[in-house]
Amino acid sequence: MQKGLSYLGRNLPRPRVAFFEFTSCEGCQLQLLNDEHNLLDFLNLLEIVTFREAMTSASDQYDIAFVEGSISCSEEVAQLQEIRTRAATLVALGSCACFGGINQLRNRFSDSDWPSRLVYGDSTIPMTPLPKVLPLHALVEVDLQIFGCPIHKGDVERIVTNLVVGKKISHPNYPVCMECTAAGHICLFEHGEACLGPVTRAGCNAWCPAERSGCQGCRGPAEVANLEELEQIFQQRGIPLEVMLDYLECHGGFPEWSARLRQKLATATTQHTS
Amino acid sequence: MKNSCDISIKHLTRVEGHGNISIKVVEGQLVHAHWEVVESPRFFEAILVGKSWWSAPSLCGRICGICSIGHTLASIRAIERAFGFEPPEQTRTLRLLLKHMETLQSHVLHIFFLAVPDFLNADSLLSLRAGRPEIVELAARLKKLANDGADLIGGRRLHPTRLIVGGFTKLPRQDMLVSLQQRLRQTRHELSKAAELMHSFVLPDFQRETEYVSLKGETRYPFIGGMLLSSDGVIKEEDNYLEMTNEYLTEQSTAKWSRLSRDSFAVGALARLNNNGTLLHPGARAMADSFGLLPACHNPFYNTAAQLVECLHVVEDSERLIGRLLATTWQNSRATPIPRAGKGVGAIEVPRGILYHSYSLDKQGIITKADCVIPTSQNHANIQHDLTKLVAESAASGLPDSEIAQLAAMLVRAYDPCISCSVH
Repeated sequence: MQKGLSYLGRNLPRPRVAFFEFTSCEGCQLQLLNDEHNLLDFLNLLEIVTFREAMTSASDQYDIAFVEGSISCSEEVAQLQEIRTRAATLVALGSCACFGGINQLRNRFSDSDWPSRLVYGDSTIPMTPLPKVLPLHALVEVDLQIFGCPIHKGDVERIVTNLVVGKKISHPNYPVCMECTAAGHICLFEHGEACLGPVTRAGCNAWCPAERSGCQGCRGPAEVANLEELEQIFQQRGIPLEVMLDYLECHGGFPEWSARLRQKLATATTQHTS
Repeated sequence: MKNSCDISIKHLTRVEGHGNISIKVVEGQLVHAHWEVVESPRFFEAILVGKSWWSAPSLCGRICGICSIGHTLASIRAIERAFGFEPPEQTRTLRLLLKHMETLQSHVLHIFFLAVPDFLNADSLLSLRAGRPEIVELAARLKKLANDGADLIGGRRLHPTRLIVGGFTKLPRQDMLVSLQQRLRQTRHELSKAAELMHSFVLPDFQRETEYVSLKGETRYPFIGGMLLSSDGVIKEEDNYLEMTNEYLTEQSTAKWSRLSRDSFAVGALARLNNNGTLLHPGARAMADSFGLLPACHNPFYNTAAQLVECLHVVEDSERLIGRLLATTWQNSRATPIPRAGKGVGAIEVPRGILYHSYSLDKQGIITKADCVIPTSQNHANIQHDLTKLVAESAASGLPDSEIAQLAAMLVRAYDPCISCSVH
């Protein structure tokens, strides 16, 4: 590790950093090891003291904790609280940590035991699933959120650099649509395809729409986001609202909206069948 | 020789996911050696119920950050087979090329970031920057090539954006494919340097006669679909995967375990090589010979060497596939299969072994039942049986505790377990 890191002539302390993962695919931590061309420069900003997936040694003394994953088992609650007491700054890394991510899709079943019965029957397992999957902020104070499924390495590098040099950290408040339009991509609605670009927080450079895949809202809502108008767009384009619901509830970033739409669709079905 | 030890490794490092090792030996006699999987279950099989056919591949890609391409492809294959849709050759070739990039990326990650530190007495690959920078740089170059290739074909290295049921949302630029082919050619030399490094390591001398399960190659080394084959002679149709996997539950694991002809079997690079070694491309075959892997090897620590051989094989095969793509006129890459009620199975060789996705769908294409059988869950029982034998032998020969603990950790790492995947 190089010593004597400086920024604009000012010497900087390298923060002691720890990485942790709860219920997740560990993809966000993997993203940190990607972008190989500037990986070593990026890592040089930090003194990594705990990173179970990549190193053997570990320390309980750290300044910043990056936490990936949602909380879905009771065993994870105490571990998260322990991390919170040790870290000056706790960063929620990725959609699972920020919103519950894909994992929270099991919360949509009214019988919360059903998923466990389906997979394990009556068998005993060495973990105790919670009735609902939770994001980190439901249990502890979170200082900073880094959105995305997966996180965007460029976004992380910007945020982490600002954190280390003490600059204010802000997320774009405008939607993905702005980035997509600015890049000159043809709107997916023009192709008759679903997209949450109009309501989702930007910062990913329209990662999915750029590849002709609809935005599934993994970064949560933009500051100004209008569900009613989005519904109208879907209806005008002849895209079923069930598709909109699938997109909205996918990563857990729009819990009130998806609950409302689910209710609305359920009511419509009841009226239709009665 | 008197030797007693009580080893507890909580959350083994340098593996994907959460697993514990618990060992107790009294006066040279093994009391227990447990491999415990303590990863939170995510219930993907429940999550998928009620979801539409088109949403499953992208959801399933999120089962794993390392092998998201494989999960997406297995999911797509299951749905396409349920709908009776046969993808055209161009789509099949591009999918295989994308899968090769994942195999290369994942194997390089395991070989260098997870396994190499064991052999160089290092804490992590990154800590070798001071003393052995050439190894860190080699690892970064190989991983970058694979990731760039995955971006080019799949749109994104992690959780691919272009892969859909029916084909691709977008095709790669042909000139970029030409440059990828050139980089792949140079990579053969890089991989021979990696092989030199691997030859300098002393892999533990340990054998346990094992049943190996893989897809069955017909004329080519197998990756996507086809018959299932066990080295004990069991052959099954892809659709009959349940007869191959035989999952069961144990109290020490949130992942299910598997068995076939014996108490356990192994899947992964070593299993594929043992079952299909004659189908390797020439360079890869020569490398396999140099490690003494052919015709068969029953030392699980050699799985890492087998992964390196597969790195060369997929590089050689990718050059061939790109040549084929460039020699043809490209067609529209996107078809929309027509949903119908039915059941479909998709079996794919992902880096750690055969992955199965199976769905039942109603006539609108809504998933009514889902089953995913992950390679690491198939390996857990075999890891357990290897661990028992390894610790018993080590204790009997009087190895100190620290060496027994190190060997046990290295054994689990050699399987390159993807634990969060196994508890999907």
